[in-house]
Amino acid sequence: MTELSALELARLIRGREASCREVASAFLHQIEARDGVIGAFLAVDAERVLTEADAAQALVDAGEGGALAGVPVAVKDNISTQGLTTTCASRILEGYVPPFDATVVARLRAAGMPVLGKANLDEFAMGASTETSAYRVTRNPWDPERSPGGSSGGSAAAVAAGLAPVSLGSDTGGSIRQPAALCGVVGFKPTYGRCSRYGLVAFGSSLDQIGPIGRSVADVAALSEVVTGHDPRDSTSLEQPPVRADLDRADLKGKRLALPRELIGDGVQPGVVQAVERAIQRLQEAGAEVETVPLPSIRLGVTTYYIIAPAEASSNLARFDGIRYGPRAEGKGHVGMVERTRGEGFGPEVKTRIMIGTYALSAGYYDAFYLRAQQVRGLMTREFNEVFERFDAVISPTSPVTAFRLGEMTDDPLAMKLLDLCTIPANMGGFPGISLNCGFSEGLPVGLQLLGPVMADERLLELAHAVEQVLPDAHIRPQTA
Amino acid sequence: MAITLDEVRHVAKLARLDLDEAEILSFQGKLNALIGHFADIQAIDVSNLPPTSHAVAVQNVWAEDVPQTGLPRELALKNAAVQRAGLFVVPQIIED
Repeated sequence: MTELSALELARLIRGREASCREVASAFLHQIEARDGVIGAFLAVDAERVLTEADAAQALVDAGEGGALAGVPVAVKDNISTQGLTTTCASRILEGYVPPFDATVVARLRAAGMPVLGKANLDEFAMGASTETSAYRVTRNPWDPERSPGGSSGGSAAAVAAGLAPVSLGSDTGGSIRQPAALCGVVGFKPTYGRCSRYGLVAFGSSLDQIGPIGRSVADVAALSEVVTGHDPRDSTSLEQPPVRADLDRADLKGKRLALPRELIGDGVQPGVVQAVERAIQRLQEAGAEVETVPLPSIRLGVTTYYIIAPAEASSNLARFDGIRYGPRAEGKGHVGMVERTRGEGFGPEVKTRIMIGTYALSAGYYDAFYLRAQQVRGLMTREFNEVFERFDAVISPTSPVTAFRLGEMTDDPLAMKLLDLCTIPANMGGFPGISLNCGFSEGLPVGLQLLGPVMADERLLELAHAVEQVLPDAHIRPQTA
Repeated sequence: MAITLDEVRHVAKLARLDLDEAEILSFQGKLNALIGHFADIQAIDVSNLPPTSHAVAVQNVWAEDVPQTGLPRELALKNAAVQRAGLFVVPQIIED
């Protein structure tokens, strides 16, 4: 049963061929049997999952709930779940139990989707390998010696390993799309503002966006419809209806795709380039037009991102002071207590970003760093928007590399940061972006990324669905251990 | 512009991070390395570029002024390390 897609599971449940409890139990069983190796979850409360499954069943029996009613979902552990720990994989939130649900979680409940558990991540979503988690290592289901990517590594690994049919992640610089690529699944970052951030523990507020991960574009589109839509509790939420794609409309004929020259050459693994080029050839055979274009500002993205995201993070993370939540350390006076609590509670990567961000915002440096980065961000957005005037989407690898060995990147922070090269532009410009598996390099999945203009979420999902149909490797799953 | 150890200590103070000497040294190296990489955007002419705050900016977001039930006090306090008499307890701030 755990091999079925989310939409197939929902059909079984609606057709009374399986109960919500049976489906939830099947995934709980998989987690118990295999998560000791994979390490995708930080918290699973089996009793609570079954209670939520029964509540979902009541919705289904009453003919209510959404298209995915009864389908369980894994939720990244930086998304607040009432009554269930939310740690951001950080010691500073050890044992924290939110008194409220994030809007996306409230929407899951209303749609009859039980929360299976909380998925591992890089501490506060800062990283691209899930290795900065303070609690556990997550392993790539394709090769347990390798990283699942990150920061939503637990969410992607859970879906790839069949521990959850779908999951939610968050994406600040590629944190949904890159792990989806490295784990061979589909990950979607909606347009900034289409998915409420209320209850998402803030990292880079002007960049963060929640989105779904699944085993097919259809599953991801169905979950997008559940969680997106206007939310008055998030002042950056757009007054737009939920993302409702019409996948039957998907067609590649005459679609114009731009391939940035900067993302297909130097710095991208040859095996990744080959897989993407093979995929592009198939798209062309199916009637799509692909043109290589220059997008020189892409090269400025990593620098710009590593100023803006830490600056915003240093401000957002000021709230962790040992007073309202989280453990408290002993220190001299009030300030001493706060400094010790933060010094002990944050891991090295989070401290690094707080230090960079604080420096970049400090007196005398604001104009040279943060203000300038925000100006360059405008330049990048303009360059992409000019491309979107002539093309339906920008196509590229999602990650310059396939899944790397655990520990391989941690000693080389700049190599790690370059991993975000292909994904950062979508966060800078607020563009919707999706990654799907387009093939393999030495047995490891290669992600293909499609970016669309702001508010073109539906068209992007439809295009990705059409692309998926002509890629023979799109749905290959790892052998279950 | 190389960052000195004293500057690192100053930034740590601003960030309210208690760092040991090994960390201070390590951050000096990391910050200097990163700032070296920031050079590529220093060369860009930004004189005619307005700064972006949010990618998809939303203006004049108003909420109806209607009373709503807030978080119950016991729930708001539940995660506090130290609480007393329905309040968060903090170390003494004003000296005797």
